[in-house]
Amino acid sequence: MSEQNGQTRVKVENLQKLFPISKGLFRKSTDFVYAVDGISFEIKEGESLGLVGESGCGKTTTGRVLVKLEDATGGQAFVHNSDRDEMIDVMDVESPEDRKEFRKHVQMIFQDPYESMNPRRTIYDIVAEPLKVHNLGTTEEKEQRVVDLLRLVGLTPPEPFLFRYPHELSGGQRQRVAIARALVMEPTFVVADEPTSMLDVSIRISIMRLMLELAEKLGVTYLYITHDLAVARYMCDKIAVMYLGKIVEMAPTEELLSNPMHPYTRALLSAVPVPDPSYQRPQVEIEGGVARAINPPDECRFIERCPFAVDECKTAHPNLFDRGNDHLVACYLVAPDGSWTGRERAKLELRS
Amino acid sequence: MTDIQTRAAEGGLGTERSHSEVPILEVKNLVMNYEIKAGMVSAVEDVSFTLPKGHSLGLVGESGCGKTSVALTLMRLAAANARVLGGEVRLDGENLLELNDEEMRQRRWDDISMVFQGAMNSWNPVYTVGEQIREAMDLHWEPRPSAAEARAKTEELFQLVGLNPEMIDRYPHEFSGGMKQRAVIAMALSCDPKLIIADEPTTALDVIVQEQILEELRKIQHEFGMSIIYISHDIAVIAEITDLMGVMYAGKLVEFGDTVDIFARPRHPYSWLILSSTPSITGPRRQLAPLEGEPPNLLDPPSGCRFHPRCPFATQKCTDEEPPLEEVEPGHKIACWNYEQVPVGILAEAE
Repeated sequence: MSEQNGQTRVKVENLQKLFPISKGLFRKSTDFVYAVDGISFEIKEGESLGLVGESGCGKTTTGRVLVKLEDATGGQAFVHNSDRDEMIDVMDVESPEDRKEFRKHVQMIFQDPYESMNPRRTIYDIVAEPLKVHNLGTTEEKEQRVVDLLRLVGLTPPEPFLFRYPHELSGGQRQRVAIARALVMEPTFVVADEPTSMLDVSIRISIMRLMLELAEKLGVTYLYITHDLAVARYMCDKIAVMYLGKIVEMAPTEELLSNPMHPYTRALLSAVPVPDPSYQRPQVEIEGGVARAINPPDECRFIERCPFAVDECKTAHPNLFDRGNDHLVACYLVAPDGSWTGRERAKLELRS
Repeated sequence: MTDIQTRAAEGGLGTERSHSEVPILEVKNLVMNYEIKAGMVSAVEDVSFTLPKGHSLGLVGESGCGKTSVALTLMRLAAANARVLGGEVRLDGENLLELNDEEMRQRRWDDISMVFQGAMNSWNPVYTVGEQIREAMDLHWEPRPSAAEARAKTEELFQLVGLNPEMIDRYPHEFSGGMKQRAVIAMALSCDPKLIIADEPTTALDVIVQEQILEELRKIQHEFGMSIIYISHDIAVIAEITDLMGVMYAGKLVEFGDTVDIFARPRHPYSWLILSSTPSITGPRRQLAPLEGEPPNLLDPPSGCRFHPRCPFATQKCTDEEPPLEEVEPGHKIACWNYEQVPVGILAEAE
């Protein structure tokens, strides 16, 4: 775990991504899925932020927007350019040259190591591709760089791997190759989208160890996207919980786990299975599954599943603000000092 | 009383431990290989365990460790190239491996039913869910149920798994993932089986929905004394819902016993490493154990103990001789020559 007071590496302000729902060829779409709706966060040097939530909450879309696989429909995002020590405006990255330059600093590791590699290219081609694109080094230098990286990600001895194809490797080895490919340009910022969820227990652990080690060694900053809070606990300094396109709670990892404030975070935490048969879990307070955020009305996004909702929750989606200890929550029922007011508020409403 | 309750009452089942009666399932020295061009894949090697009535058993292990192969062999549904080379599978005393195909067909669903991995995606989209459950009942109930009986039973099952009975006449696309999975469980219960095998019943579901489904399964086991075998790669899920567990590695059962005991003190090096390093949101942050390497190729499994190439406690004996599964404490069996070397309890991170 690293120091909190480093330089800002990633800054996201009010990021928004809407997907139009197709109505047919000639009709203009008026319905939108609010996949990511006005989220803001900052990641400091060497720190990693976990983006956690159920499927459909917008966590993957956020990651894809930040690596420019999708274009945002609103808001701003900046990523640090370590060569020039300045921030790159992600929204300004448009031309092929810009994108090329951008990819030196920002990379992504995908969930499925079986589908994120060209089956007809050798491991050497896959890892060396960014070097070829940027025309860096002679053939010997490239080869040396690839060998070094394969060794770094634990594929040892590296030489026999160079001219193998992805199908000859196991899932864990492929994910190591994907990590090597992401790191070959020495990026400042890596978006890791569920990099271990397809892997088996023992292999998952070794990939998690590897990613932590590399973060320390190379000073990489991760945005770690996962549905698994237990994994996030190990990989991230800070966790942001998303629900229907909004960040509903964000805090340093242990603070969030020991003192969850938002009703959704509390439900999520009490539903996580615990590898301890003697553990008495708290009751899960909410029911139902995640809805889709199609043209959501101006009210708290969580209102439908929230067992504590009061009238104020229907007014607008609450703002995310700090309740002390760098603990941000978006809920009307959490007082500015972080205390829970749900019960009193419900009583007040009953009386009136 | 429902049929399930009647059956539970007749059997005198409950949640208390009673190991003396005839176990619902007894697997003895089961050996199963898959025959492929390159040779025989040793998928299940000399696996033995016993499940008393009314209990839940979890089989954990990584992909390819043989946990699903064990289940498919119990159901006699393993692929055409599967060869059962030895052993017994006794369901309520009767060896399923000796039955002919027609007899086995009758046992399936009636006596032993299975919730397959990803079953929620195998509903036929052009029939209602109720019609598909009815089909199972028509084939297996003696005598065939009348429309009213089938309806009443399906409604009862829907309520049991937490589905609105009005959904019976709906099509699968109108169900969410969690609802489809609940309906699969209802279908598995439709012929009042003695034993249910649930293969990764909640994988691919979100945590909150997963917790709800596990709760329903827990209820079915505890309230009705159902015997359930869970197969999962997720150790935390096994901790939540089983009273007994078996840890499999490379086709072998390496540890078997009471779930609480094994979690408190895993004795096989593999279980110890895996349990120690399972990330958890509670307790101190654990050390992520250094388990290097990958599971072996079962076309040519390692000599002696199959875990020896990755085991931190391995000695020459482990390379030479295969350790038997032996009881080291009442009800707690392990297959390891050096289990005494394994530290007590799990690793905690000193931070």
